[in-house]
Amino acid sequence: MVENTKKPNIKTPVYLDYQATTPVDPRVLDEMLPYFTEKFGNPHSRSHSFGWEAEEAVETARAQVAHVIGADEKEIVFTSGATESNNLALKGVAQFYKDRKDHVVTVVTEHKCVLDTCRHLEQEGFRVTYLPVAKNGLIDLDQLRDAITDRTAIVSVMGVNNEIGVIQPLKEIGAICRQRGTFFHTDCAQAVGKIPLDVEEMNIDLMSISGHKLYGPKGIGALYVRRKPRVRLRAMIDGGGQERGMRSGTLPTPLCVGLGSACAIAEKYMGTDNERIRRLSDRFYDGITATLPEVFLNGDRAQRYPGNLNLSFAYVEGESLLMGIKDLAVSSGSACTSASLEPSYVLRALGVDEELAHTSIRIGFGRFTTEAEIDYAVELIAGQVKKLRAMSPLWEMVQEGIDLKSINWAEH
Amino acid sequence: MAYSERVVDHYENPRNIGSLDKNAQDVGTGLVGAPACGDVMKLQIKVNEHGIIEDAKFKTFGCGSAIASSSLITEWVKGKSLDEAATIKNTQIAQHLALPPVKIHCSVLAEDAIKAAVADYRAKQGHKAG
Repeated sequence: MVENTKKPNIKTPVYLDYQATTPVDPRVLDEMLPYFTEKFGNPHSRSHSFGWEAEEAVETARAQVAHVIGADEKEIVFTSGATESNNLALKGVAQFYKDRKDHVVTVVTEHKCVLDTCRHLEQEGFRVTYLPVAKNGLIDLDQLRDAITDRTAIVSVMGVNNEIGVIQPLKEIGAICRQRGTFFHTDCAQAVGKIPLDVEEMNIDLMSISGHKLYGPKGIGALYVRRKPRVRLRAMIDGGGQERGMRSGTLPTPLCVGLGSACAIAEKYMGTDNERIRRLSDRFYDGITATLPEVFLNGDRAQRYPGNLNLSFAYVEGESLLMGIKDLAVSSGSACTSASLEPSYVLRALGVDEELAHTSIRIGFGRFTTEAEIDYAVELIAGQVKKLRAMSPLWEMVQEGIDLKSINWAEH
Repeated sequence: MAYSERVVDHYENPRNIGSLDKNAQDVGTGLVGAPACGDVMKLQIKVNEHGIIEDAKFKTFGCGSAIASSSLITEWVKGKSLDEAATIKNTQIAQHLALPPVKIHCSVLAEDAIKAAVADYRAKQGHKAG
């Protein structure tokens, strides 16, 4: 551990993993609580006031979700979360239109649940194009244009990347998809309530939304499905025909209320929240780079959500760094903390050198992060990186002027 | 991932970090692993005129288990003859540190590193003799 790091009056571990999940905002929880107990009705019950009360709450929430993305409330389908929304959007559209169209376009840096759904569609006979990304993590719009054919049913490109925070050019992508007559789906689990989104202006046909990424509860999400021009999809869950037949099952009223409330708060405070988070993000980045040489930001510097910084600390292995900063809850940019020893597929898609990919961690800031926490994190990380570099043979070799690429390493 | 107490101890208080003069005749150096794989170990031994390892130093780029494996092996080889040092098996390291299956390769790397250091020292002596 780093000696002499003064621990200011803050609670540890410090949570800096807002891309993994966020706490429920206390204001959101207050809105939810009555719907667990006294207002427990089934929102689909039509014959008594318990049902009407619950239905009204659900419909208010639906309108709140719609409003934050510029949609109509009739276009919002509640789901269990963004994973289900992504599954429903891709499988639902592909299967509904499969007689005429059999092609899907997506991006290599999408979330696993989009990529895995695409693999599933490939097994069913669909063709999938995986667009590459440039070194900054963004797609090339000309490559997108070239990939779309008359057989393309849907294009799926995420808003904000969960690992590196870059923002894809949604408006430009939407315009291309509209012009070419294909549907545009975007996984906005990390984007809703954090960057301005407008389904009309951006020509978005389907959008996946997650509750727990924006200070709402886990277990709830939504799928925006455009009505004009109408997007049709085959339901995955059959039953009582709730959610206009697209997603059967009794709606979880308290969770719907929570998602709606989270959206309303995010919309109201987006400006001030973002300004704060940008300031914290800059404070962290400037603090780290002022203390440590050879730190690299993965993904575009400007075209990003500032609450996500994915940094490579050259010559220091990511997992050993995490082990030394136990007072910070951050995520390894590489997948080394899981059983696989492969570095992150997202960083590899960016063309980040494998050795640098092994040195990455993701730091996420959010609504409840404080300046004192940032300063503590900077001090702790900088101290630990210095310590680990002092014991890194690679750092030593580079200091001696040895080019690491000139060495014939025995890959194992 | 939960680390064993011994891994944490070696990670927080690594033994014998540092470097010996790699050009000295009585120093053998082993450099194993690859940056692209996420671990590189440099292990150095200083051997006295009786063929006994009297000092050992390491530097490691890698996870906590890799750091612990190399730290541990520097402790073990000190005072041993070259032949004894070369018989240390990765399984002994893995067992002592209670490494989980996905981290066994860290102990293999440490075994490779000591073998490489011994081989480097012997090559240097061979040159001198020849």
